[in-house]
Amino acid sequence: MITILSDHWQELLTGLGWTLLSSILALIFSLIIGSLFAIMEVTESKVARTIARIYIEIFRNIPLLVITSFFYLVIPMYVVKVNGFTAGTIGLTIYTSAFIAETVRSGIQSVDPGQMEGARANGLTFWQAMSNVILPQAFRLVIPPLGNQFVNLVKNSSVLAFVAGFDLMYQANNIASITFDTINSYMVVGVLYLIITMPISYYMRYLEKRLA
Amino acid sequence: MSMIEFHDVQKYYGDFHALKDINLTMEAGETVVLIGPSGSGKSTLSRTINGLERIQSGQLIVNGQDLANPKTDMNRIRKNVGMVFQHFNLYENKSVLENIMLAPRIVLHRKEDENKKLAMQLLDQVGLADKANNMPSEISGGQAQRVAIARSLAMQPKALIFDEPTSALDPEMIDDVLGVMKTIANDSSMTMLVVTHEMGFAREVANRVIFMADGQILEDDATKEFFDHPKEERARQFLSKIINH
Repeated sequence: MITILSDHWQELLTGLGWTLLSSILALIFSLIIGSLFAIMEVTESKVARTIARIYIEIFRNIPLLVITSFFYLVIPMYVVKVNGFTAGTIGLTIYTSAFIAETVRSGIQSVDPGQMEGARANGLTFWQAMSNVILPQAFRLVIPPLGNQFVNLVKNSSVLAFVAGFDLMYQANNIASITFDTINSYMVVGVLYLIITMPISYYMRYLEKRLA
Repeated sequence: MSMIEFHDVQKYYGDFHALKDINLTMEAGETVVLIGPSGSGKSTLSRTINGLERIQSGQLIVNGQDLANPKTDMNRIRKNVGMVFQHFNLYENKSVLENIMLAPRIVLHRKEDENKKLAMQLLDQVGLADKANNMPSEISGGQAQRVAIARSLAMQPKALIFDEPTSALDPEMIDDVLGVMKTIANDSSMTMLVVTHEMGFAREVANRVIFMADGQILEDDATKEFFDHPKEERARQFLSKIINH
């Protein structure tokens, strides 16, 4: 493991960088998109509910690899050329946002309906009530499952390797094929993934305790 | 013009006819107590006034606007009609003071210093100035209900609806809440509709008492008249049960 690290630290660092960047971008956008679909699911508008339902059911139930391949291989044929990193990150965002939508929706629905009634009766609009009263309480309730989604997202970012996204997994494949030291190549990368995901787990647990 | 007018209002939940031929007028400044057995529609009626429940037919005019018209802006009505709930519905993620300041800030765009001053004044009025920085989970039910009343008052509404404000409270908490409500009824020009079983309160502050059963208004009388000479047999039965229990 030490030899792999000392001989290939540059590639590994690059991989770590791309994995982190992809994860952070996908995390931010899937939180926004997921929350939006979650809110659409609890509105009175049947159209909004249906759109959200369709999005969630489709992208939650298709393998990430299929979604990513679609963006990497199909979209460039008809629309615009996208590189592996972009295709992978978009796929990751779309896939994860479907799960986050379900998580946030369950959070919103666990908030006492009296909170929304109280806010509306107090003169707040639906969106004012959502952003000031309902969502802050909903997010607090779903910190543990949301943490799982974040950890899954980082791990799923290894899909980038498949579309030449230069991430950790991609570098591991390369290093393994150069050195033939498969065991150590993948072990080093495994440890590097752990270094990203463990702090997330611990931080979410800390948040859960602090806000409970 | 009257503050609240019901003309032949009908409300259904699916096949269930919850409000039947409701005709009712409330003038500005009037305090009306609405009583009746559970399931009689009194909560539903009170909740139609700020659009929390939609009506299916008839006319419901609140502050000059018809709530039966789908184009009516409910938020504009709710700015002028406050509501106090049985279970308080304080914002669990906000402090007592923030509960009162939130709506005036983001709905009325009241200036921050003025907003805070008024909020503290109201907290003082309901006897809870020392709880300003507590969270709703840290205060008792009776205190929470007084905060909820202050929250409604901070919007400076023209009408205030109370939907069983003391039903969820321990007996020793009820008097504090009723005391605050009496003060409002006596000192302000607000129209008040109070759904309650507190007959002492009704006798003391109500101008009128309305008795409902099975989704209908059976009796609508001046307070003294209602308690001394109830016309309807069902109202008499209800009164004897609730007063002699």
